[in-house]
Amino acid sequence: MADEHALYQRILLEHSRRPRNFREMNDADLTAEGHNPLCGDKLRVYLKMDGEVISEAMFQGSGCAIFKAAASMMTAALEGKTRREACALSETFCNMIDSEPGDPVDIKRLGELVALAGVREYPVRRRCATLPWHTLRAAFETHGRTRSTA
Amino acid sequence: MAAGPKDENISRKAAPLSDEEVSRLRKDFPVLGLESAGSPLVYLDSATTSQKPQAVIEALAEFYRSQNANVHRGVHRLSQAATAAYEGARKRVAAFLGAGTPDEIVFTRGTTEAINLVAQTYGRRHVGPGDEIVVSAMEHHSNIVPWQLLCEENGAALRVVPINDDGELMFEAFEALLNERTRLVSITHVSNALGTVNPVKRVIERAHAAGVPVLLDGAQSAPHRAVNVAELDCDFFACSGHKMFGPTGIGVLYGKREHLETMPPYQAGGEMVLSVEFERSTYQAPPHRFEAGTPAIAGAIGLGAAVDYLSAVGMGRIAAYERGLLEYGTDLLLEADVRLIGTAKEKAGILSFHMDCAHPHDIAQILDDEGVCIRAGHHCAQPALARFGLSATARASIAFYNTKEDLDALGAGLEKVKRVFG
Ligand SMILES: Cc1ncc(COP(=O)(O)O)c(C=O)c1O
Repeated sequence: MADEHALYQRILLEHSRRPRNFREMNDADLTAEGHNPLCGDKLRVYLKMDGEVISEAMFQGSGCAIFKAAASMMTAALEGKTRREACALSETFCNMIDSEPGDPVDIKRLGELVALAGVREYPVRRRCATLPWHTLRAAFETHGRTRSTA
Repeated sequence: MAAGPKDENISRKAAPLSDEEVSRLRKDFPVLGLESAGSPLVYLDSATTSQKPQAVIEALAEFYRSQNANVHRGVHRLSQAATAAYEGARKRVAAFLGAGTPDEIVFTRGTTEAINLVAQTYGRRHVGPGDEIVVSAMEHHSNIVPWQLLCEENGAALRVVPINDDGELMFEAFEALLNERTRLVSITHVSNALGTVNPVKRVIERAHAAGVPVLLDGAQSAPHRAVNVAELDCDFFACSGHKMFGPTGIGVLYGKREHLETMPPYQAGGEMVLSVEFERSTYQAPPHRFEAGTPAIAGAIGLGAAVDYLSAVGMGRIAAYERGLLEYGTDLLLEADVRLIGTAKEKAGILSFHMDCAHPHDIAQILDDEGVCIRAGHHCAQPALARFGLSATARASIAFYNTKEDLDALGAGLEKVKRVFG
């Protein structure tokens, strides 16, 4: 596309068309389900742990492009991170989504996740981007519980 | 004010509004003249809520400017004027829906409250353990959950009439569900998620033959076609002012007098009582028995103005015009290669669709960039969509102020959706 859409940036579209780590994991150490009853976005996050380190992250689910891209980018960003680092990243990411359009973003820590910053201009879509991350935290907190963001 | 045409056959023969008439009528709706995202606003979301003509906006303003007082409780002239205007609106609505008398019209907050009212009064009185209530698989949540609550409370069971792949009611399955335990059939006149127009006349005849009363959810029919409750012989009819080009916060429950008279109160408070003593209170006759507290006075007056407006345009002509637009929109969507959800032979101006390349929310978002407003989601009819294996659709809905140009804008927007996500 010649001009990038404020919301549907190229990287985001790419992830939503061909999501990374988009499959079920049978031998997950941690897993949780997330659901946004308002729009029907739904996913399960799977984590394979090597001690404190996430060795593999996967997801399955259905929803809009923002949601899918957010989940895909999240799983890509998680690999090799410790539980603590993952939680910190989750917080940085959710803070970015909740910030005002135009507020500075932490590109160094967020990397390609900043492609989702456009969501800030579309308040009703914010939850699409944060649902995977909330579900990640649910997986850490209580194995298997459903996380609802409504 | 003109009463609605006597039956659906008359409305079928009415001439559609002409394009010139529609472009004149559009000027009555201030919102339709706005821009959105730098493009002329294209409003294809009237099934969610409709836009309001100047006549309604002015009726609200005029009430607050020159008549504002509470109703049914003042000696002073201002209160008398307000009461006359409020009760006048009831008469207009009664005539518009073809009710025998204004006493059969209860003002509610909307369709939802009207259905809850019936469930909590008529339902509580007549539905007991082992009894059954029949709804269809295409109902809005507001015609499912009130009955579920009642069933849980009273040990009754909800029975669901299935729908076919076109989203049509399976009539024989409906007939088979009727039995001596059936206490009520509560069914939508027009489906908000699929656009299906149900054969309500046949449903009512069949239910009555089995001695079962029928509630019609008219939220999507009253704004778009002539409705005559006496002719239909339904026992209850519910609709929402805000979908009928009237204000939010006002709706209607029509109930046959014989039912309303024997129904216990709904909410309790002022206005609905004749006398209160600590030993015992006595209640007003219908409809006031069901209107506890200060009602939405301005809302009712605004709704009165809305039905006057609709009657002046002519419901038959509106229905005929919308039918033409529906055909145009259907062809356009088929050409755009989307999957239409809801392909009933008898359909109202609702175009629910699915695209493989994009989620409904993404479709609606891209369309919004072009100034085109549609709805995306489950439309509060999750079971209806589940029937088609979906949890959400994109939905464009038509009103008489829409034009072929509006639908063309939708078509162009969908091309952009394909460019972005395809
Ligand atoms: C068929 C149907 N029934 C009931 C309702 C509920 O109406 P309200 O929210 O105005 O009470 C709607 C509104 O979407 C509807 O389309």
